[in-house]
Amino acid sequence: MNPLDPLFEPQGIIVAGASAHPGKFGFVTLHNILSCGYEGRVLPVSLEGGEVLGRRVATSVDDLPDGAADLVFVCTPPSANPELLAACARRGVKVAFVATAGYAEAGADGERAQAELVAVAAAHGMVLAGPNGQGVVSTPVSLCAQIVAPYPPAGRIGIVSQSGNLLSSFLDLSIDSGVGVSRAVSAGNAAATTVADYLDYLADDAATAVSLAYVESVGDGRRFYDVARRTTDRQPLVVLQGGSTAGGRRAAASHTGSLASDARVFAGVCRQDGVARAETVEEAFDAAAVFATTPLPAGPNVVVVTTVGGWGVLTADAVTRSDLTLLELPADLLAALDDQLPARWSRNNPIDLAGSETRDTVTEVLDLVARHDAVHAVVFLGIGIQSNEARMMREGPYFPEHGLGRVVEFHERQDARYAEAAAAISAATGKPILVASELAVTDRDNAGPRAVREAGGYCVPSATRAVRALEHLWHRARRRRRMDAE
Amino acid sequence: MGSTLSERASLELVARYGVPTVPVRRATTPDDAVNAAAELGYPVVVKLHGEGIAHKTERGLVRLDLASPDAVRDAAASLLAAARPDDGAVDLVVAPMVVGSRELIAGVHTDEQFGRCVMVGFGGVLTEARGDVAFRLAPLTGFDAADMLDELRAQAFLGPVRGEPAVDRGAVSEVLLALAHLAAEEPDVHSVDVNPLVIVDGRPVAVDALVVRA
Repeated sequence: MNPLDPLFEPQGIIVAGASAHPGKFGFVTLHNILSCGYEGRVLPVSLEGGEVLGRRVATSVDDLPDGAADLVFVCTPPSANPELLAACARRGVKVAFVATAGYAEAGADGERAQAELVAVAAAHGMVLAGPNGQGVVSTPVSLCAQIVAPYPPAGRIGIVSQSGNLLSSFLDLSIDSGVGVSRAVSAGNAAATTVADYLDYLADDAATAVSLAYVESVGDGRRFYDVARRTTDRQPLVVLQGGSTAGGRRAAASHTGSLASDARVFAGVCRQDGVARAETVEEAFDAAAVFATTPLPAGPNVVVVTTVGGWGVLTADAVTRSDLTLLELPADLLAALDDQLPARWSRNNPIDLAGSETRDTVTEVLDLVARHDAVHAVVFLGIGIQSNEARMMREGPYFPEHGLGRVVEFHERQDARYAEAAAAISAATGKPILVASELAVTDRDNAGPRAVREAGGYCVPSATRAVRALEHLWHRARRRRRMDAE
Repeated sequence: MGSTLSERASLELVARYGVPTVPVRRATTPDDAVNAAAELGYPVVVKLHGEGIAHKTERGLVRLDLASPDAVRDAAASLLAAARPDDGAVDLVVAPMVVGSRELIAGVHTDEQFGRCVMVGFGGVLTEARGDVAFRLAPLTGFDAADMLDELRAQAFLGPVRGEPAVDRGAVSEVLLALAHLAAEEPDVHSVDVNPLVIVDGRPVAVDALVVRA
């Protein structure tokens, strides 16, 4: 039993400060918990009592039965919270998630209040999450205990964030891409429970296959280092760091010290631990989503299969600049492709089909390429273009006459086939096949990206981002191979 | 900030942990310096040396590439004359002139959040500007040390250049492991700079070092 179990899989939740006013956090939290399908007990409490969202509101925690809840979600003012936590502890509550703001982030008085909160929780053997936290999401139990939206689809990415709004951004990206989330928590001020503590939980969590963290300051660096190592021994860990301070430069009497910015030391820690360190929200989510949906490559050799020339060139550039290798096509693969394709194909990597494709060309080429022993990963570009035209035809004045009804159906069926083939061939070969197109975000209904989602994959919104994500996968695979060799 | 070890004491400390260092001789007079140079072989470097002297280059207290007894004698005399009262007790360091077109920097740093780290990077005048450095927390594994070199961006600089062989990565890794060992065994050492770590025929040699005790 992990002390954070009641946070992520509570038997019952007290919502303290459950207001009748729909603009208040206490109301919103109760609304979100009740709306997303959580099946445990939900016990609203507030001084006003009455009824909120059809639920009777207790006026005191003391009026609740013993053991009815193991989690309290706190939206009450700082002055009320020490007594609230004590009362909850008397009723058997194990974890308090404090959403209330006005603590250490708000000056000296807040710091004192936070210290008192930490002391009260510790005195009662209670786990304190927050304060000033946005909330917690746990899809295995349909839990959305948050003071804001959204609630993501179920999946295997576990998220810890030192910023509430970045947590929401990751959840938004999860909803948009369809790549789901297992647990998500905002650490708030991390007064007692730190990012490392949450990561430690996720490392052992059967529902989580990839961890994703937004970190501003790690506090106890050695503990973070140890937990990150334990995590990467079990699953990929993607970290986005914000807010580097000048702290590390203070000891600048030496050259080594002056070069030791927090960001550089942190970068070294990440590399030493095998953490995938991302520079942007997009890169972080891409990496997590690709880790969650594709196998690791066994080597660095990438082949780009494209029906779009310009993107093929940019992708080749990106691969060349990365630690991946743009594979020179082996003679036997070249010969096999010559048999398959009209003469005007690129005869090179990227494999540019140059508009020469017929009904089965793309799926056959993907299959040939992925099955070749020298190929470790494939990036497939051009999905959705046919369906984009299909949309224009469907929405234009001539549809469905002039044969447009049939051709629209054909185009959309083709894009869906490409996506299904990429997923099936990846599964059959155990090799990553990344599919990339901006249509993933510009037209969610496009048959190509939609079929990628429906097959459980992640359609990366650009090819260069796909290459960066693939590089993160390769780094993890390479590190594991080198460590095994030692 | 704590006390700074002199250059000679700093080099001796890192050498004790296995960092290859340039052999240095102590001299107190110009004639001493000439005798030391004869032992080491020409050309040599002569520096003013003392506990209180840290920024030798900035003060012009390093004379390079001295090829004759007269040159050593003149340099030694002028260096001794350049000593200031606040430098405290001073003497001279005589060392062979080490020639290599590549310089690395290696060191130990005590980070506020993470504690002891080992660093390696490209040295020389552009060290700070380029920022091509890698840090790892101590202790290091052999994997970590090798991976630090892999992390540096200017990989071509580690290959064969200007008729010199490629940098012996194993030998540089050994320097990093030695510094990590030092960090573990010397808890009162706050930081170490090995700068420059000159690459001679592919192998690293520490030419100067600065150890700061907490």
